[in-house]
Amino acid sequence: MDHTAPIVEDVFGISWLDFNMANVMMIIVTSAIVFVICVLGARKLQMKPTGAQNVMEWFLDFIKGIINDTMDWKTGKLFLPLALTLFSYILVGNLLGVITNGVIGHDLWWKSPTADAGITLTLATMVIVLSHYYGIKLRGGKEYIKDYARPVWFLVPIKIVEEFSNTLTLGLRLFGNIYAGEVLLALLVTLTTGSFLGFFGGAIPFLAWQGFSVFIGGIQAFIFTILSMVYISHKVSADH
Amino acid sequence: MHTFANTLTINAVLGGLHLGDMLVQLFFFLVLLLLVRKFAWGPVMNMMKQREDYVAGEIESAEKSRAEAEQASKEAQERLNQTKQEAQQIVEDAKNAGTRQEREIIESARKEAARIKEAAQADIQNEREKALQALQDKMATLSVLIASRVIEKEISAQDQEKLINDYIKEVGEEL
Repeated sequence: MDHTAPIVEDVFGISWLDFNMANVMMIIVTSAIVFVICVLGARKLQMKPTGAQNVMEWFLDFIKGIINDTMDWKTGKLFLPLALTLFSYILVGNLLGVITNGVIGHDLWWKSPTADAGITLTLATMVIVLSHYYGIKLRGGKEYIKDYARPVWFLVPIKIVEEFSNTLTLGLRLFGNIYAGEVLLALLVTLTTGSFLGFFGGAIPFLAWQGFSVFIGGIQAFIFTILSMVYISHKVSADH
Repeated sequence: MHTFANTLTINAVLGGLHLGDMLVQLFFFLVLLLLVRKFAWGPVMNMMKQREDYVAGEIESAEKSRAEAEQASKEAQERLNQTKQEAQQIVEDAKNAGTRQEREIIESARKEAARIKEAAQADIQNEREKALQALQDKMATLSVLIASRVIEKEISAQDQEKLINDYIKEVGEEL
């Protein structure tokens, strides 16, 4: 666990602009993988779907189901691309770190982009900001403000705190799950490769934990997406 | 102290919260969102919508053609019935015409026969009268001749007439 991150500080001489190059690389890699898979899946679209198109349509229907669970489809279809991208990006990001972790020198280069609190919080903040934006856009500023005083006026401070806590829990839940998975995997790798006895002791838990991490990766992507939709629906639907 | 150092290391691995990472993440996520919407999910959604429309259209057109087929079959049935009726009418007409013609032919044949019979009777009567006349004429002269020859005496014209008439009557009865 004594890996460091390849951090570049004060880019362009701006004091607050720091980059963790590992994150930057993994963001690009994950985005590229998602993009390539989606585009490959959307090739040769036909009226009678075959192969990859079936998978794409099944996935689309799955996300549609998530959105339908949280809001009516009339407003929900606006967020379909967002939910699709969120789910696929987080899923791919989670799985990348489970399959391999790459270390060059002492720097941890190849990992899940979602195992970084900054990145998950960025996604969470984006979702919350979008929820506010669409809340105002779809229901009007007056209704949006009034919503803070519902059901009773003295809940206003709690409602305001809730917005921040939502952001934090949404981002940190994902980060914690994926990061813990990676830490434990790294520990097991150290144990397995450390000694002869350690190999027998660590190999089976390693396999089990890797399988479990894949499961966690899927579950967390699902949870992130459905919670995003729930938060958005709180803002855009009148009946909440 | 060692634990504290470890925590610091983890912090280093976490990398803290680098604003650069966040900006990169935001930028790439939005770009990815736009790209996959344009190149992947957009077309897939369009295709699904298209298929939905196609299926709906097919169902509609199937319903329409079924209704059309029903209509056509009804029309055909109607026309068939009409044709059957017409055929029956024609047969009946023909039968009627046949009967009428038959009656007419028989009637005319009967008339013809009656006419021929009448004509024949008239002819016969005519011939008979003619024959009688001729016989009468001949008998008159013949009887005078015979009488004058046999009796050689004068007979009054009255007696002669009587004689002839008697004779003719006799002959007439025999005829």
